[in-house]
Amino acid sequence: MVRIRRAEEAVADLLESGETRCPCHLYIGQEAIAAGVCATLERTDTVWGGHRSHGHYLAKGGSLEAMFAEILGRETGCSGGRGGSMHLFAAEQGILGTVPIVAGTVPLAVGAAMAYKMRGQPHVAIAFFGDGCVEEGHVHESMNLAALYRLPVVFVCENNLYSSHMHWSERRLADNLHRAGEFHSIPGERVDGNDVEAVFSATGAAVGRARAGKGPSFLECRTFRWRGHVGASMDLDVGVKRRGELEEWMQNDPILRLESRLRDRGILLNESPIREEIQAALEAARRTPLPPAERVFDYVFAEAACEY
Amino acid sequence: MRVLTYAAAIREAHAQILAGDPRAFVIGQGLWSPWYAGASLENLDNEFSRDRILDSPVSENATTGLAVGAALAGMRPIVFHPRLDFMLLAADPIVNQAANWSYLFGGRINVPLVIRGVINRGGEQGAQHSQALHAMFMHVPGLKVVMPATAYDAKGLMMAAMDDPNPVLYIDDRWLYETVGAVPEAMFRVPIGEAVVRRTGWDVTLIGISWMAAECANAADVLAAEGIDAEVIDLRSLKPWDAERVIESVRKTGRAVVADPGWRTAGASAEITATISAGAFHDLKEPVERVTLPDCPAPSSRLEEARYYAGAKEICEAARKVIGCGSTQEAAA
Repeated sequence: MVRIRRAEEAVADLLESGETRCPCHLYIGQEAIAAGVCATLERTDTVWGGHRSHGHYLAKGGSLEAMFAEILGRETGCSGGRGGSMHLFAAEQGILGTVPIVAGTVPLAVGAAMAYKMRGQPHVAIAFFGDGCVEEGHVHESMNLAALYRLPVVFVCENNLYSSHMHWSERRLADNLHRAGEFHSIPGERVDGNDVEAVFSATGAAVGRARAGKGPSFLECRTFRWRGHVGASMDLDVGVKRRGELEEWMQNDPILRLESRLRDRGILLNESPIREEIQAALEAARRTPLPPAERVFDYVFAEAACEY
Repeated sequence: MRVLTYAAAIREAHAQILAGDPRAFVIGQGLWSPWYAGASLENLDNEFSRDRILDSPVSENATTGLAVGAALAGMRPIVFHPRLDFMLLAADPIVNQAANWSYLFGGRINVPLVIRGVINRGGEQGAQHSQALHAMFMHVPGLKVVMPATAYDAKGLMMAAMDDPNPVLYIDDRWLYETVGAVPEAMFRVPIGEAVVRRTGWDVTLIGISWMAAECANAADVLAAEGIDAEVIDLRSLKPWDAERVIESVRKTGRAVVADPGWRTAGASAEITATISAGAFHDLKEPVERVTLPDCPAPSSRLEEARYYAGAKEICEAARKVIGCGSTQEAAA
């Protein structure tokens, strides 16, 4: 969680200094969800994300240096510099691609789960998506398919209360996203998304159900993003209204909560190795070249099947 | 050689693919009912089990997205859309996801997916049961588009599409389902991107797509009786398409008619015509003619419908025009 927070702060610096112009959607404030969910998973499980997936990528084991390189458009980026912040890839760690089309990967996660079921593999697919995604029709289509075919997929809705600049109450009448799966016969639960142990425990149960062939689950993880929808700014794009709310949620910082619990158990966090790792990864990424312009037309079509 | 209907050739391709590759499965609407797919998927569910032939809920977007995800996770899905009209609800997983994936992730991953869509024209079905939307998808980088016009190509292009590491949109036309042709029993592939010369001739090149390729062959018979020696090219693949073979033919004949089962504006015929005009400019004796659907939705009532759909008659008229027969007769009159 701390690694994600510090990495995102480094990305914020890159945005503020203008070193990258690539749109970055920071995960600061939501770290307990990626960390709690991914701690329940095996390397062979897949996670599917969206525009705000730096945290998912890092929690699942993606390389920090390859992520920085991708954000900086370098040839050594996790997607070869082709995708940028919103298109992360780490096949060996179970990330087969993130994309910013709203809920675009939700049906894909269901498809991966279908592959696991058909092959008789014990793997699980995690569909990470935001509260805005529940407004998309294909999320409901996907939940129905997952339930009908009893697929090993967990729908993890990260409800940070805002879809871009719009508060949930401007987008729906009832605060009931945890019940979104109910109509499709999918059990759902509301989880404190800023409590990493709660996320870990709820996901563990859902993943267990999935691996046991009992089908999908839906988790609504309540949280709050500290920065704006996109970029480094705190709330400039959504106006003053969020200020009071933000201060309240910053008191509910998932990292402070975890730190305090660990302290009670006599465990103290030493951040310096994390800071050093981030600095070294960023420096290493900076030293790598941009892809040459001549490469721009490569990979429109695959010449052969890729090994991954 | 053994003769099969176009629909039976599609079915045989599916059966051989499913028997030979445990990664293959089919998902889409109407797979358990001949109402949707005619004879082209008949009884596959009994032969290969309903675990591999998934007649799905009415969810074009999610079933197609499921197929994309399964392909990324190592399966070889065929997602079936009984009508291209309804396939538009799956535009996101086709256009944004499948077509982009290889490029987006720097060639580290590919999407081995066949998306099958059916053109289901005529029959008084009206504007939302009949559309030929291939041009929209031909426009998209990263997506291959094939449109077989014969039983042989129906099987061979399906096999090639399944072998391709990229997403391939395979579009067949219900009007062709009962047509028959020689089809080898063994598995074979028709290379994607290769057109075929159906008939050689010296006076005019008729370039046809899907149903209109069959109509070009009929038109050539009519023209032959009038002493016009037409060359007929069946394009077979729209993306990539065989510009080289088409230009070579038009440089020989100096005249071209492009026959497309889709609409006129920004249609496949516009792309082909522009390419011919640039590639065979100095050999063209007349501007290229196009036979297309008018820029108008499909009507339902039968007199309007008969007026709406073009075929061999319109192709003949266009051929006479580029050859000058039409204008000669008019001048004589």
